[in-house]
Amino acid sequence: MEGDIAQMGQFIGAGLAAIGSGAAAIGVGHVAGNFLAGALRNPSAAAGQTATLFIGIAFAEALGIFAFLVALLLMFAV
Amino acid sequence: MASESTNTTGIQSKGNGRVIAYGLIALAVVLFGLAYADGYGKLAIAPMDQFKVTPLFGGDTIAWYTPTNVTFWLGMSILSIFALMVMGTRGRAVIPSRGQSMAELAYGFVRKMVEDVAGKDALPYFPFIFTAFLFILSANFLGLIPSSFTTTSHIAVTAILAMGVFLTVTVVGFVKSGFGFLSLFWVASAPLALRPVLAIIELISYFVRPVSHSIRLAGNLMAGHAVLKVFAGFAGAMGLAGIAPILGVVAIYGLEMLVSAIQAYVFTILTCVYLKDALHPHH
Repeated sequence: MEGDIAQMGQFIGAGLAAIGSGAAAIGVGHVAGNFLAGALRNPSAAAGQTATLFIGIAFAEALGIFAFLVALLLMFAV
Repeated sequence: MASESTNTTGIQSKGNGRVIAYGLIALAVVLFGLAYADGYGKLAIAPMDQFKVTPLFGGDTIAWYTPTNVTFWLGMSILSIFALMVMGTRGRAVIPSRGQSMAELAYGFVRKMVEDVAGKDALPYFPFIFTAFLFILSANFLGLIPSSFTTTSHIAVTAILAMGVFLTVTVVGFVKSGFGFLSLFWVASAPLALRPVLAIIELISYFVRPVSHSIRLAGNLMAGHAVLKVFAGFAGAMGLAGIAPILGVVAIYGLEMLVSAIQAYVFTILTCVYLKDALHPHH
């Protein structure tokens, strides 16, 4: 019985950690959307900033991947 | 004019024939798979099974010297880099062949990236960055071959790559500017009272770098391949209606090709950013 409850907590925790992926999706969407808004205002400057776009997306995504890591640890390492 | 129009119709009819042929092959594969599928009609989803490390020549025990499927696919990715960069450019033609122009494009792309992001004085480190880029790119793309093994989906592989970058960057920073490298953590533009707090935050973010650097690559590839397997499991369970998840798998496969290239790009560009920090630590 105790093992069952522990496993339930594990699954609930992993599911809660998956919310972090959604939060990261909001962050990535903000970065890409703002880039597009700026790029449409000044298209000639957009090409030089794609590297910055990808760096921003990578940093926003990293924190979502920490949530994914927590889920993985709960599922397979605890 | 006339020859042009006949030419285009010729290409079109050839293209149509090709599409029909590919469609027939795909249909044959689907029907064969439906007829001989293991666990046909059952929901059999084991998305994490594809990441199992198994010995290449049978047996159960894995010692550090045992050749496994990881070893095999790591070797394959190095071989493919060799084929592209050494065999492909062997002709050194003025008008490049297809292989040579691919190699030249990759070289020019990464060289421009290093120059733009990290500056001209980072160019001595270009071979290291280019090697990492090609290795990750070829490992990602080889992992997309059905029933192959994605070596970069294992944190053990990406952590070594990220630690290599982290140690290189730290050593370069200390060699270039000595203890002045520590001014990376001392934000001179901030108010004096805030600086110790910022220093602690900067220090933590510096040491989290290899973690996020490695897990970003492994996590993206692992999640993508697991999603592919989950959809394939739906296809097996749905019988003839499984054609819908199969089309979904095709679409996700296209997305995964994009992710493979972008993650290699992101890994490389972050390496450039870290290198820039090491070469110019002053804020």
